[in-house]
Amino acid sequence: MTTTSAHRPPDVLPQARDLQQPSLSRTALAGLAVVVLLVTSGLFAVTDLAGRAGFVVVATLLYVAAQTAVSRVVEGGRRSVDRLVTTAVIASFLIALAPLISVLLYTAEQGLTRFDWDFFYRSLRSIGARDPGGGANHAIVGTLQQVGLATLMSVPLGLLVAIYIVEYGRGRLAATIRFFVDVMTGIPSIVAGLFVLSFWILGLGFGYSGFAAALALTVLMLPVIVRSAEEMLKLVPNDLREASLALGVPRWRTILSIVLPTALPGVVTGIMLAVARVMGETAPVLLTAFGTASIVRSPFEGPQSSLPLFIYQEAASPQGTAISRAWTAALTLILVIMVLNLLARLVTRRSTLKK
Amino acid sequence: MAKRIESVGLSAYYGGFRAIEDVSVVIEPKTITALIGPSGCGKSTFLRTLNRLHEVVPGARVTGQLLLDDEDIYGPGVDATGVRRTIGMVFQRPNPFPTMSIYDNVAAGLRLNGVKRKGVLDDAVERSLQGANLWKEVKDRLTKPGAGLSGGQQQRLCIARAIAVEPQVLLMDEPCSALDPISTLAIEDLMTELKDRFTIVIVTHNMQQAARVSDRTGFFTIEATGEPGRLVEIDDTQKIFSNPGEKRTEDYITGRFG
Amino acid sequence: MSLGSLPPVTTDPASARPGAPDQPVPSLPRTAGRTAERRGDRAFRGLSLSAGLSLLGIILAIAVFLVVKAIPALQDNTASFLTDRVWDPNNAQPAFGIVALAFGTVLSSVLALLMALPVALGVALFISHVAPRRLAGVLGYVIDLLAAVPSVVYGLWGIFFLNDKVVVASAFLHEHAGWFPLFGGDDIFGRSIFLASIVLAIMILPIIASLSREVFLQVPVSQQEAALALGATRWEMIRTAVLPFGKPGVIGATMLGLGRALGETIAVAIVLSPAFVVSLDILSTNSGNTIAANVALGFAEASSTGRGALIASGLVLFAITLVVNVIARAIIYRRREFAGAL
Repeated sequence: MTTTSAHRPPDVLPQARDLQQPSLSRTALAGLAVVVLLVTSGLFAVTDLAGRAGFVVVATLLYVAAQTAVSRVVEGGRRSVDRLVTTAVIASFLIALAPLISVLLYTAEQGLTRFDWDFFYRSLRSIGARDPGGGANHAIVGTLQQVGLATLMSVPLGLLVAIYIVEYGRGRLAATIRFFVDVMTGIPSIVAGLFVLSFWILGLGFGYSGFAAALALTVLMLPVIVRSAEEMLKLVPNDLREASLALGVPRWRTILSIVLPTALPGVVTGIMLAVARVMGETAPVLLTAFGTASIVRSPFEGPQSSLPLFIYQEAASPQGTAISRAWTAALTLILVIMVLNLLARLVTRRSTLKK
Repeated sequence: MAKRIESVGLSAYYGGFRAIEDVSVVIEPKTITALIGPSGCGKSTFLRTLNRLHEVVPGARVTGQLLLDDEDIYGPGVDATGVRRTIGMVFQRPNPFPTMSIYDNVAAGLRLNGVKRKGVLDDAVERSLQGANLWKEVKDRLTKPGAGLSGGQQQRLCIARAIAVEPQVLLMDEPCSALDPISTLAIEDLMTELKDRFTIVIVTHNMQQAARVSDRTGFFTIEATGEPGRLVEIDDTQKIFSNPGEKRTEDYITGRFG
Repeated sequence: MSLGSLPPVTTDPASARPGAPDQPVPSLPRTAGRTAERRGDRAFRGLSLSAGLSLLGIILAIAVFLVVKAIPALQDNTASFLTDRVWDPNNAQPAFGIVALAFGTVLSSVLALLMALPVALGVALFISHVAPRRLAGVLGYVIDLLAAVPSVVYGLWGIFFLNDKVVVASAFLHEHAGWFPLFGGDDIFGRSIFLASIVLAIMILPIIASLSREVFLQVPVSQQEAALALGATRWEMIRTAVLPFGKPGVIGATMLGLGRALGETIAVAIVLSPAFVVSLDILSTNSGNTIAANVALGFAEASSTGRGALIASGLVLFAITLVVNVIARAIIYRRREFAGAL
């Protein structure tokens, strides 16, 4: 290749200048799919390959390979790679969807067998793993109390931290606090449980209780609430603050009566998502509330159960009756968490602040 | 390399909204055609139909014909990526790839097309940067990020990137609207040089710019908001600015509306 | 936007105007009410500041209390905590070491990451660039639901549903690819590290996917159009404009996912058959254990020293996840500054 002139280059592009490019039609691709299905069926008939899941996997892989090859011949390398990636991306989504659907269906199927009156109104007091009946009333009470207390503790604290970061904070300290809020989000829940165990139970000698569990859940909720509230407060337009300050309203009243109410729907969403998250926590509750079979009305009086803990402890039993109770509790927990998630989204929709 | 463009009864839609209606126009090779008109008149939409970038927006579509040397770029079997390789585009705001060096930015289009040999790339990068009047300013820092250049330099980098794949038409969507007067002048000078090699279509808000650089000028307008934009007239630039055929063009040029 | 650029609300009128003459300024009302409001302002500021500081205090307290409660057990330990592969802290002669647990924790998490990352990136690209724009919100929500399922439920599903399938797949892999180092070992296939990794992968997938989706959606349209205008196909546009732009964000998201996998407790505790070994035979039953699962499994029967040993292991987990998270955040922060400069 030699350069003929400074401005007129040799044709460095290998592709033809023709705009007309042969391309695979949908019909051709559908035909290819049919061929692949037939070939796969043949393979499964002749060889020792078997099973529905295996069929799907083999057929998919064969189809992707065939499509890439045909497209490469007909449409060229660039478009065949494009097709390959597009197919892979769609497949990823379906792969991700599979466990979600499987978990939900399987839980519903297994959980509905004990989704009855007794389950919600009775406890496990003097019910052995082998015994039918029995319920999770004590666990539901425990979950409500623990999560309720954790919310009461973490919401005011979390809001104040967010207010500090957004409204007052500047310089290094605010940046440090922000950074550690993010780091705190990543603290494993079991570590939060071990912390309350060593601090509250072993250190101060208070013993297992629902309140101790609430302390551990607070450690987990706090950063989630700070982050979501921080995001929301940042979305409040500065004009609003300046307008209020210009009227002579002091900053703290501006924050409480203008900024916070404006951000409220988003803040509520964040709180609901945080509640939904800690409601499913098992490990920290195991280490701090320990669990019991009886209804414990007070979160300050000794071991208490919770729904996730109930699931964990019932599932550890080899008895079908106990495992059925675990599934029903799992179904209940999933339903509550899904409803919370759904409500949270609905609240966001009403927000006037948009990202 | 330059090619002729002809649109025949071209309309463009965003979903149910008709953005431009029934545009028929001929753009001769190796000329600069300026498209002017008030905001929202559809001139940018029309420009984006010329390289099929319009259809990237979900729900957007086009009816009518768009001929590039007698070949309909909306015809069956025509691949949009091939069209875009043939018809380059420079955008309103300079948009070099922020993660790439100056060199890699210019080479990006060639690499997409499978050019791998270092010598070929080196030649093409130098040639394109020279073509964009940027070579002298950046030749010692080709490995530095493109985003580190000034706004005017970034825009010339984007022009170099566009001409590196040797397109036949160059579309410019208000290329100077984000630039200072000196950078604007540099780009305008460059356009006159590039005219020897490319068919250039430029959308501009700046009527002086249209008068300075273009051979022909087309005037778009809309009757009212919600109505589609229409091409009112297109003629030699000198005629449009001295003796336009339509009253509406005259009103716009003399500043009576828009 | 913070109020940082506004002048601070002054609490003392005299100091507020340093260069002003000493004469009073009659036009400014200085009533008792004003002073009360300023006091309110100072109090509220102090309150929010102390909330922020208390958060730092909690993180410090976590480290301090774990150390304090781990020390007595470590002193009683007859084995080397950092190098020995035993876990017998409830014995009269307590002996426990973190190696096997740390190995199992890292192995299962890295495997989970290897499985989750490609799928999560595919999901993120599907939602941001392939699926119809109108559906993007709903599809994102569906994937987020994966994160809403509690880990104990994943554990239950993993042991009662998935285990059987994994046994079949493990037998297949062992038979046909047994030469591969990870697929060797004896041939009892249930409740393995492999099963735990798959469950972990499912749990961290939505985290990586939703964060990556966010960064992919932030890629400026102008960058993407620049690539398309050069004649790029959709994949080439993604490779040229989207992936380089999103890379730091994806790395950060991956590290967050890793942190989550390292600390996951109950799901692993339920599905795994624990063993204190250092082994790469991930398909085998009794192929390992993780720090977090070991705490949950050993807690109920732990003696005083046993609890101390579990707390010591928790301290190691805390340190590992802290490092991973700090790195992840540092990457994401740098990325944020970079994006801000555009």
